[in-house]
Amino acid sequence: MNKHVKILIIGGGPAGLAAAVSAHKAGVEDILIVERDVRLGGILNQCIHNGFGLHTFKEELTGPEYADRFIKQVEELKIPYRLATIVTDLKLSDDGKTKIVTTMDEEGGLNIYDADAVVLAMGCRERARGALNIPGERPAGIYTAGTAQYFVNLEGRMPGREVVILGSGDIGLIMARRMTLEGAHVKLVAELQPYSGGLKRNIVQCLDDYGIPLMLSHTVVKIHGKKRLTGVTIAEVDDRLSPIPGSEQFYECDTLLLSCGLLPENELSGQLGVDLSPVTSGAVVNESLETSIPGVFSCGNVLHVHDLVDYVSEEASAAGAHAAEYIKSASGGKAGSDGDETKVKVVTDGGVRYSVPSILRPDHMADLTTIRFRVGSVFKDVDVVTYADGKELARLHKRVMAPGEMEQLILRKADLIADGIPAEYRITIESK
Amino acid sequence: MEHKELICINCPLGCMLSVDIDDKGEMTVTGNNCPRGDAYARKELTNPTRIVTSIVNVNGGELPVVSVKTRDDIPKDKIGDIIEALKSVTVEAPVTIGEVVLKDAAGTGVDVIATKNVGCKH
Amino acid sequence: MINKQIVIIGAGVTGASVARELSRRQLDVLVLERASDVCEGTSKANSGIVHSGYDAKPGTLKAKLNVEGSRMMAELSRDLDFHFKNNGSLVLCFDEADRGALNDLLSRAETNGVEGVRILEADELRKLEPNISDEVVAALYAPTGGIVDPFMLTVALAENAAVNGVEFSLDTEVMSVSKDEKGYLIEAVKHPSITNKLESDENIRIHADIVINAAGVYADTFHNMVSADKIHITPRKGEYCLLDKKVGGYVSATLFQLPTAKGKGVLVTPTVHGNLLVGPTAEDTEDHDATDTSAEGLAKVVEVGSRSVKALPSRGNIITSFAGLRAHEDGGDFIIGEVSDAPGFIDVAGIESPGLSAAPAIGVYVAGIVDGICPSEKKTDFIATRQGITSMALSDIETRQRKISENPLYAKVICRCELVTEGEIVDAINRPLGATTLDGVKRRVRAGMGRCQAGFCTPKQVAILARELGVDISEITKKGCGSGLLTGYPKDETKGGEAHE
Repeated sequence: MNKHVKILIIGGGPAGLAAAVSAHKAGVEDILIVERDVRLGGILNQCIHNGFGLHTFKEELTGPEYADRFIKQVEELKIPYRLATIVTDLKLSDDGKTKIVTTMDEEGGLNIYDADAVVLAMGCRERARGALNIPGERPAGIYTAGTAQYFVNLEGRMPGREVVILGSGDIGLIMARRMTLEGAHVKLVAELQPYSGGLKRNIVQCLDDYGIPLMLSHTVVKIHGKKRLTGVTIAEVDDRLSPIPGSEQFYECDTLLLSCGLLPENELSGQLGVDLSPVTSGAVVNESLETSIPGVFSCGNVLHVHDLVDYVSEEASAAGAHAAEYIKSASGGKAGSDGDETKVKVVTDGGVRYSVPSILRPDHMADLTTIRFRVGSVFKDVDVVTYADGKELARLHKRVMAPGEMEQLILRKADLIADGIPAEYRITIESK
Repeated sequence: MEHKELICINCPLGCMLSVDIDDKGEMTVTGNNCPRGDAYARKELTNPTRIVTSIVNVNGGELPVVSVKTRDDIPKDKIGDIIEALKSVTVEAPVTIGEVVLKDAAGTGVDVIATKNVGCKH
Repeated sequence: MINKQIVIIGAGVTGASVARELSRRQLDVLVLERASDVCEGTSKANSGIVHSGYDAKPGTLKAKLNVEGSRMMAELSRDLDFHFKNNGSLVLCFDEADRGALNDLLSRAETNGVEGVRILEADELRKLEPNISDEVVAALYAPTGGIVDPFMLTVALAENAAVNGVEFSLDTEVMSVSKDEKGYLIEAVKHPSITNKLESDENIRIHADIVINAAGVYADTFHNMVSADKIHITPRKGEYCLLDKKVGGYVSATLFQLPTAKGKGVLVTPTVHGNLLVGPTAEDTEDHDATDTSAEGLAKVVEVGSRSVKALPSRGNIITSFAGLRAHEDGGDFIIGEVSDAPGFIDVAGIESPGLSAAPAIGVYVAGIVDGICPSEKKTDFIATRQGITSMALSDIETRQRKISENPLYAKVICRCELVTEGEIVDAINRPLGATTLDGVKRRVRAGMGRCQAGFCTPKQVAILARELGVDISEITKKGCGSGLLTGYPKDETKGGEAHE
C-alpha cells in the first residue's frame, strides 16, 4: 500500500530543512523529509569553517551550528523525517496530480509514497575529473575538494600531504586552509579563469594568510603517477582558455584537489519530467519556485548553485510556503496553477547569465518579488536594468559584480504591472 | 615611514588598500571606496584576528572527530599555537554544541568549543 | 619451491578464459597476476565489443576464433551471468568511392562464416539508426555484433575458474621463466597487499610442467626468455571518452567506420550499462604501461567519432576518459600454440582486437593444446554456472523487494549515481576472488562509475571495504600496493605557528 503525504521534501540539507519549517508554519503539518545521509544538515555537516548565518542570524556560525538551528526547529515542530533513505524513483500518477515517490533504506526497506506536493531540495555535486577531461594517468590521490573535506572533517583522516588545488571555488579555498592547518603542504591553487571563482574573503583568509599562491589563468594539463599521484603539469592558458605551449611546469605532489564548479543534481527531476534550464542545470521555476509540473517546487543548490547558505534558506522558506499554499488551495476547492493563467517570461542578456525565477505570473506575485541571478564575467560600475517590453522598470547601480557571487533584485509588484501585463521582462547590464 | 598593501574583504569589490604608516604610527589609508575599507586596514595592521576552526578526537562517538572553533576571534599569529594545543585534546562522547573542549587555548583567554553534536557509538 | 602442473601468467580475459576451461579438467592450475585484481590490463580498457567476425583476414586464427567466440558469447553470458547485448553493428561508408572496400568486407564476412551480414542503403540505414551522419552513403550491417561488459566477462570467468579449483595468486609479478629438467622454473615477486599481509616484497619460485603465457603486452618478454624464435609485441594505445547515460540512447547499434590500416577506426557505441562510448585512437608506443590519456588523443576521439553521427553529444556529457593498450604482434595474427623450441610453453600472445570476442573460443582452443601435451580426466563435479551480483538498479520492484527482505543492506544505497547498494558491494568483496580495492568494487558493481565519479561514495566504500576485509581504512587502496587513499591523521605533521605575515 502506498502511503499518503501532503508535502514530501527530498533532501534534509539547509534547503529541505528551511522548506519544511516554513511549510509547517504556513499550516501544513503532514510533511515528510527524506534524507539520504545518516543525519540532517546535508553538506553543512562537513563545512566546519565559520562564515555562515550573517544574514539569517546576524552572527557568524560554522556549518554544523547553522544546520543545528534549523534541525532544532524541525525537531520542535515534530516534522517527520527519514534518514539514510534514498529516493530511487519519482514519477507522476496517471492523472498527473499525485507525485509517486519510491524510497529505499536499510531499516524500512522499500516504500512508496503518494505526495500531493514535492519540494526538490537534493543539492548539488562537484564537477569530477572525468567531466573536466584532464589528460594523463588515473592514480589514487585525486579528490574533489568536498571528498577531501569529508575525510578530514568527518573521519579525521588526511587524504594527502603535498597538495595542489585546481579551481578556486570556495570549497577549494576553504580546503587549502583546512589542509594547511592540519599539517599538509598546499603548494598552490591554479585557476583556469583570469579571476577567482571564490569569495574575496576566502582568498585573503584561506590563501594569503598562509602564503599559498593563487595562479590565475593556469590549469592542470597532465596527471602523473601510475599508482599514487606523483605530480601534475600546470600550464598557463591564453584568453581562449587554451594552454599556452611552452608554459608547462611540473609540480611534485601526492594529492590533487578539484574545486571546479558545482552541478545541481537533477536526475530525479529529469525522471519526473521537470523542465530544466540549460544554463543553471536546475529546474525552470516561476515566482512561486514551482517547476513546470504543478505542485513540484525546487529550492537551494538543486535549483541553482548558491554561494551563501543564508540565501538558500531564504529561497527554501519561500518554496516551502508556496508548497503549503498549493496544498491549501487544492483542498479548498480553488484550483492551484491551472496552466491557463498569464505567464510572463523573464529573459536575461548583456552579461546576465540567468535569472531565478524565469517566469512570473502576475496573478500569483506577492508585493515584492526576489529575482536572483549571476553574471558571466566581472563587471565594474554598471547598472542592472529591468525592462517590461522595452520600458525601463528599475535600475540598480552596482560597483562590481563577479561570476562567483550571486546577485539579487527585489522588484515591486506595483512596478512590474504598472502598465498592465507585458509580453516579457528583460534584465540586462548597461554601463554608464 | 612604512608602506603596506592589502585587499579589503568586506565586499566583492576587493579594493586594493594602500596604507602609509608614519613614524608616530599614524595610518593613512588610500584605495578604499568606503569607510569599511579604512576600518578593515587599520584592524588588519594593528590587531589582525581570526576565528580558528578545526577538529578534535572523540572517544566512543558516532564520529571519530568533532568540529570545534574558538569562541571568539584570536590574534592571527596565534593560529598555529591553537592548532598545536588541540593536537592533544580528546573528548568523550556524547559531545554537544557549545561544550568547551579546551579552556583558554594557547593563552589567548579564548575557549575552544564544539560546533557539532556527536552522539555515542551505537 | 611450489610445484604446479600448469601455471598461467596473466589474469586478463584470455588467462581467465583458459583457466576456466582447464578447471573442467582434473589439473592443478595456478594463475599468476602482477596486479591486485583480475582484469587490470588490456581487458579493462577496451571497447567492450563482441565483433561478429567479418573484419579478420580469412584463414587467420583471429578470424576463426572471433567467429567461434562471438557464437559462444550469448550462452556464456547466461551461464556466468554477465551483461551481453546483441545490438548489431554497422560499418559506415562515407564515400561512394569506398563501396569496393565495403563489398570486400561483405565477402570476407561470408568467407569467415558470419551470419546475416548485408549492406544497407541510406534509407533503410536511417530508419535503423536515425542519428547517423548525413555523410554516410551505405553501411555493412552485422546483426550478430554485440556489446559486453569486459570487466564482468573477465571477473565471471576467473571467479568460475576459482570456484572450480584454480588457484589465483594476485599481486604476483613474474620476473623470469627458464627451462629446467622437467618443465619451467618461474621466479616471481609477491607484492604486499591487504590479503597476503606481507610487509615487503617476497621472492617466490614455482616449478610448472606447463606454462601458459597470457601476459598481454608483456607476452613477448616471457616468450623470448624461453625461445630462440623471437616475437615482438607493440603496445598500441587507444584512448576513449565515456559519456553520460543521458545520451546513451543516441545510437543503438555499434557504429564502426570503414577500417583503415591502423585498426578499426573510432567507434561510437552504447555500452551494456547504457552509456555512450567513443574511441579508440591507435598510437604505437614502446611503453608497456602507457595508459595515460593526452589532450590530443581525447580531442581526436571526439573529432573522428563525430564523423559517424549527426551531432555527437560530447559537450558537457563526458564523464570520464581512459586509455588501454592493445598487444599488437608484428605478424598481425594471434599467436596461440606450443612454442616449437620450448615444449610445454604455450603462447597466447598478440591478443589484440578481436581478443575479447574470441576469448571464450581461445579458452577452448588452448585447453585442447594442453590436452595434447598432458591428457587429463574431466571433473565430474564441475560447476558450469555462476550467479552474479544482483544489480538493484536494473531490478524490477519485485526483485528489489525480495532482495531487501533477504538482506536489508540491499536497501542501503551507497553510490547514488548508479544506485548501488551496500548489499551489492559486500557481495562483490566476499565472493571468490572478491574485490579488495576501490577499482575492484567499481568494476564489479559500478559503484563510483557514474556522473559524480565517486565524489560522494568514496569514503563510504572505503569504510565498507575496511570493515569486510578486517583492516583499518588507511589500508584501503585504489588499485593495490602503492595506491593508498589516505595518508595518516590530521595534525600528525603540524609544526605550529604556520600562519604567515
